[in-house]
Amino acid sequence: MGAKVVTITSGKGGVGKTTTTANLGVALARMGKKVTMIDADIGLRNLDVVMGLENRIVYDLVDIVEGRCRLRQAMIKHKQFPELYLIPAAQTRDKTAVSPQDMVNLANQLREEGMDYILIDSPAGIERGFRNAVAPADEVLIVTNPEVSAVRDADRIVGLLEAENKGPGKLIINRIKMDMVRKGEMLSANDVTDILAIKVIGIVPEDESVIPASNSGIPVTLNEGSRAGLAFRNIARRLLGEDVPFMDLDENKGFFQRLSKLFGGA
Amino acid sequence: MSSFIDRMLGRNPKGSSATAKERLQIVLVHDRINLPPERLKTMKEEILAVISKYVPVDVESVDISLEQRDRTSSRIRAEIPFNTTVRMIDPDEDVDDTVTARNASLKDSPAPASASSAPAPKDPSFLSDKSKDSES
Repeated sequence: MGAKVVTITSGKGGVGKTTTTANLGVALARMGKKVTMIDADIGLRNLDVVMGLENRIVYDLVDIVEGRCRLRQAMIKHKQFPELYLIPAAQTRDKTAVSPQDMVNLANQLREEGMDYILIDSPAGIERGFRNAVAPADEVLIVTNPEVSAVRDADRIVGLLEAENKGPGKLIINRIKMDMVRKGEMLSANDVTDILAIKVIGIVPEDESVIPASNSGIPVTLNEGSRAGLAFRNIARRLLGEDVPFMDLDENKGFFQRLSKLFGGA
Repeated sequence: MSSFIDRMLGRNPKGSSATAKERLQIVLVHDRINLPPERLKTMKEEILAVISKYVPVDVESVDISLEQRDRTSSRIRAEIPFNTTVRMIDPDEDVDDTVTARNASLKDSPAPASASSAPAPKDPSFLSDKSKDSES
């Protein structure tokens, strides 16, 4: 009871799963929730660096599963949010070091620790690592970009989730560039939802403050001025059940700009 | 008009995003039922071969496509018109002439099968229905 397990996955790599996990973790912790993030990308761990916690790793996910440490010993407490924890992935093992049942057991142990949310950062792909990450999920968030390969892979994930009775999942459309959408050179959020036909929980604009944030290990949600940061905070509120309207990504372009475009041709 | 509205809204309907959407919609229909386009083509050919064993098919007008209302309900929609005209009069004439000639011959003669050297369809109701249609 209690904790809700949310898995963040995508199929395709590089679409922003880890960024999303880090930002949702921070946003939920800021709202006073007890959160543990699990990096399920064994062999390619990254959530630790994005969170700025890489120097504090002693034990990892595989150490817990194989009994080399107690659960609490592998939970790294965040500097700023005392109730935000990270369980890092093992770096020198592969996905087969953990089974889907191990992940279910781990989630149950974390429930007993009184967590409100358990966020699982899934590896890319549809193999063992994906199945591990999804096994304990109460809810699955599928991150995609407005780009053909990412959308196609997201559709595969929706199909697989349905086959495992975990579906259909909710969609996060990440890195949307409104100026390109306006020119007809990028799929719009509506195009992507038309194609995938699943519920959207977030639309995150492309934002140049995301990379500096990961450079310094401070998730962009903590940057009050960042539009992507705001989009992630909105997703966190929607996870909590709040009805938050989608932000107007077009707000920088006023009516007169459109009007001049109209008269000025393309 | 729609392009005017598109420009009003700042959209360009002819951009590459429209192509992306179209391509994705097609590829996902195939992905979802695990039937790649080449295999669909083979299946179409086999369906037509089976039907052609029994009825002549108007191959030019055949339309077999995959339809998907949502992720879990896919179906194959097939429109396979039978070819009941071309071979009845003279296979050398082109289609328009054949149809005119056939209509004429239907009016002249109540037994149109006699006008053709090609094998006529076995079911005479085809002919009577058709002649009613063309006269009305």
